[in-house]
Amino acid sequence: MAVHSATNGKTTTTAMAAHILGVEHRLAWNRAGANLLSGIASALLTASDATLGLFEVDEAALSEAITRTRPRVVSLANLFRDQLDRYGELELVAERWREAVRTLPDDTSLVLNGDDPLVANLGEGRSTVIRYGLDDRRHARQSLQHAADSKYCLRCGAAYVYDAAYVGHLGEYRCAACGHARPILDVTARDIDLVGLRASRFLLETPAGHIPVELALPGLYNVYNATSAASLCLALGASPSEISAGLESFRAAFGRFERIPVGSKTVVMLLVKNPAGANEVLRTLEAGVPPVLVIALNDAIADGQDVSWIWDVDFEPLLPHAQHVIASGERAAELGLRLRYGGLAADHLELIANLESALDRGLELTEAGDTLVVLPTYTAMLALRGVLTSRGLVEHYWENPR
Amino acid sequence: MRIRLAHLYPEYLNIYADRGNIAVLERRAALRGHELAIESIGLGVEIRPTEHDLFYIGGGQDREQALIAPDLVVKSASIRSAIDEGAALLAVCGGYQLLGRGYRGRDGSLMPGVGLFPHETVAGAARMIGDVLLECELEPGQRRTVAGFENHAGQTRLDPGAKALGRVLYGFGNDGESGFEGCRVGRAVGTYLHGPLLPRNPWLADWLIAQALAHATDGTPPAFEELPDDLAVEAHRVAAQRARTRGGRR
Repeated sequence: MAVHSATNGKTTTTAMAAHILGVEHRLAWNRAGANLLSGIASALLTASDATLGLFEVDEAALSEAITRTRPRVVSLANLFRDQLDRYGELELVAERWREAVRTLPDDTSLVLNGDDPLVANLGEGRSTVIRYGLDDRRHARQSLQHAADSKYCLRCGAAYVYDAAYVGHLGEYRCAACGHARPILDVTARDIDLVGLRASRFLLETPAGHIPVELALPGLYNVYNATSAASLCLALGASPSEISAGLESFRAAFGRFERIPVGSKTVVMLLVKNPAGANEVLRTLEAGVPPVLVIALNDAIADGQDVSWIWDVDFEPLLPHAQHVIASGERAAELGLRLRYGGLAADHLELIANLESALDRGLELTEAGDTLVVLPTYTAMLALRGVLTSRGLVEHYWENPR
Repeated sequence: MRIRLAHLYPEYLNIYADRGNIAVLERRAALRGHELAIESIGLGVEIRPTEHDLFYIGGGQDREQALIAPDLVVKSASIRSAIDEGAALLAVCGGYQLLGRGYRGRDGSLMPGVGLFPHETVAGAARMIGDVLLECELEPGQRRTVAGFENHAGQTRLDPGAKALGRVLYGFGNDGESGFEGCRVGRAVGTYLHGPLLPRNPWLADWLIAQALAHATDGTPPAFEELPDDLAVEAHRVAAQRARTRGGRR
């Protein structure tokens, strides 16, 4: 049994690991993203012949999932501010994780993101730990983003110095005051080559040897997801060639960079749900700003009822280049306000609260052969996918709302 | 006119999109021909007397608030005297708590605050989370509503006779019991409401800008022409509807 948790990338990382491990194992896997205990239980019930359990776990459910499943590998990837109305403060989740790790027997393997100070710190004093991270300063940001979390040293409270900040506060950090720093990495992604909206390439250095990776997913955050999945699979005994082959043939998880052909056009759906995740999605768009963009903001419990997070998203670099942005969803006006204050001209913004109408308007404005980029929150993504399913454009894919 | 804004601890207190509030103040001042000159006031930076027309302090997570609290106490006297001599201020969430007399923990100990707002905050058992709608009357006879979102564990108790920012129509408010939300002292207002607060409540942004201008000019707050605020009106309408249907529920 192995469990994986994080604020961002849970579903994608676990799906990648399942894709790699599924060759050698019969899996019990909560593939539909049903990541509470009920989802894990039903995945176990439907896979009675499984040889390996692989579960994505909600951040808040980690402790109980560990108690119930007694995993031999616990993989923890990142903590970002996310839906404070639901999870409470970041430090609260971190403290729950610390307690959960304290209860683990010493022979349980930990797979930790060394680039996240809060996560890396969980490995201190434990014997079986794989720490992974990125090492390619060409892709570092100039400075920490506005919404960066965990900016202050865990030990002494001074601000961390970042020699390289890759995604939010993930990167190569050190404290000038007390010397606390990113740990030595066991698995390192380097020579990273980002190929626009489509793909990425990089080299993983691991204790089992070098693993070249060709990934059909864009963006540094997917490099993190793949590195995390590879490290998890190494902990479970997968070979470098299995990892390389698995990652190369992996395709986007549901609603996360899914490309859907609609006649002569393509819809690309990119789930956004919190500032750090949305910032990375927007960063992948910066290379080639799409002419038409639909952004859909809902405020159900699964989206976060508090929509203030959209102000922490760095829309600004994108907006001067955006020709036509359609703000949609139940909180379309709120989103429209955010975009206008971010510098989007009034005549480049259209407000269409109804999701289906917004999608149709977006498609109408998209030229044949072009791509319509849609950035929905969770329940907006489910609804839009429902529309495309009812039109026979995508297969039905059941996913349990969180 | 130049409006000099002191933004307290922006690196630490920014949890509920406080930069949205600053963006609104900046833009709406500019549309009236005024420049908002923003100065970040961080740890160890002194607040010089009479040099600021407007103060802003946002909210942070407990860890960040604990990191700045001792420094803020050192600044107490200069913040209080700035408000005494007519500067305006907006404090949101954690900042609102920190500007009171103090925060009383479950063990009875008091972490001292700035002492600007006549209130004390006590640790509560259950968080108060959800949409809120207030009715305010900052100027006699001018009733306006404020729609926001609250997320706080502390229960803030106003002293007898203290002025609230508004009456709670839907939501929890200061303590979930009194029916009041926020606090007002002179040109200073504090509130738990974020969302952020100002984009969908532009009248409150205009009120703060006018108060800051009164300080800058040693005169009275100017009256502004209305701006085309259709988006804000619509965002306010939806947020107010949310407060009616799901505010103040545990």
